[in-house]
Amino acid sequence: MEHMISLFVRSIFVDNMIFAFFLGMCSYLAVSKNVKTALGLGVAVTFVLLVTVPVDYLLQTKVLGPDCLVEGVDLSFLAFILFIAVIAGIVQLVEMIVERFSPSLYASLGIFLPLIAVNCAIMGASLFMQQRIGMEPTNSQYIGSVGDAVAYALGSGIGWLLAIVGLAAIREKMAYTDVPKPLQGLGITFITVGLMALAFMCFSGLNI
Amino acid sequence: MSKLFSEENRAAFSKPLNLDNPVVIQVLGICSALAVTSQLEPAIVMGLSVTVITAFSNVIISLLRKTIPNRIRIIVQLVVVAALVTIVSEFLKAYVYDVSVQLSVYVGLIITNCILMGRLEAFAMQNSPWPSLLDGIGNGLGYAWVLIVVGFVRELFGFGTLLGFQIIPQSWYVENGGWYMNNGMMVMPAMSLVIVGCVIWAHRSLNKEEK
Repeated sequence: MEHMISLFVRSIFVDNMIFAFFLGMCSYLAVSKNVKTALGLGVAVTFVLLVTVPVDYLLQTKVLGPDCLVEGVDLSFLAFILFIAVIAGIVQLVEMIVERFSPSLYASLGIFLPLIAVNCAIMGASLFMQQRIGMEPTNSQYIGSVGDAVAYALGSGIGWLLAIVGLAAIREKMAYTDVPKPLQGLGITFITVGLMALAFMCFSGLNI
Repeated sequence: MSKLFSEENRAAFSKPLNLDNPVVIQVLGICSALAVTSQLEPAIVMGLSVTVITAFSNVIISLLRKTIPNRIRIIVQLVVVAALVTIVSEFLKAYVYDVSVQLSVYVGLIITNCILMGRLEAFAMQNSPWPSLLDGIGNGLGYAWVLIVVGFVRELFGFGTLLGFQIIPQSWYVENGGWYMNNGMMVMPAMSLVIVGCVIWAHRSLNKEEK
């Protein structure tokens, strides 16, 4: 239990998807123009992470790992293809569920919902999870059960949500400032994210 | 021969290098551009891997473009890309193991690199294999040069080396009685964002002068 909480907190602040690993940058920069849509996308990403990472965890430990299906065979080189298939399938499913139960959210997310399938944050979380299974159990980043995988996925999702809402709020304010012409738009956004990442580095020693 | 290198085909190759650069102008494939550039060597390897994968996936999708049903095209594209990335990843593990450890998950993340999906959707689905190959190589190299510039700046100022060789003379360092110190900020992830921001700034102001 203690390990799960530590994993959760660390993946929000220390191993933040955006500020430490730059995952999901494309949609992060494209959708952070206003807070409301940013929040919607953040929630959707968190939800997809929450489903895909535990599924991929089970896939990795029960099917792909060494000696799982056939004695003496290590199938982990197939991980890329299987993980992306799981992600694409689940995103399709989420899309259908959201459309059925909350048409208003579906309309406001628009094209970004199917694009979550190619969001690197989702794929990245599964690949990091695969790496962390092989770590020492004493390591604070170790993932050894479905519970750990859920805690990691939830933490990463909330970290991403926090980052995109923060940037959207700053960009809303920045619309009123006088930025040099060639730097306007993306240039200044990059530098802003860089400064936010510097601020997040103060968490780097955090441990529970 | 002249038809193979017609003006249109040359434009497919040269435009992404500068005026339509995938990283600086279209802002695609940023994640890996930022994450692997703390040193020059992984940046070069990553740039080349992406070039190879973009070129081949463009050709394959372009050959298949008339047989892929429109509704499931994204999944077909993802499978083709994932298969190519698996090959490249095994290749890197076999021949440049150190770099592949350094790149870690970012090799796998080429699958979700937006440049690939963007080029497949926007170019390979409408064009024949030869222009698609040129377009793929052009975009890959356009991505690679930005990575190499960022990697160059970060390694030179962060470690004082290039490709592992000491560039800044040892006698300049403070420990040896000189005046110079490595800039530790450059090694940190945050600085790569600022450097890419500055590259965009420089690129935009230069291109405006030409017009």
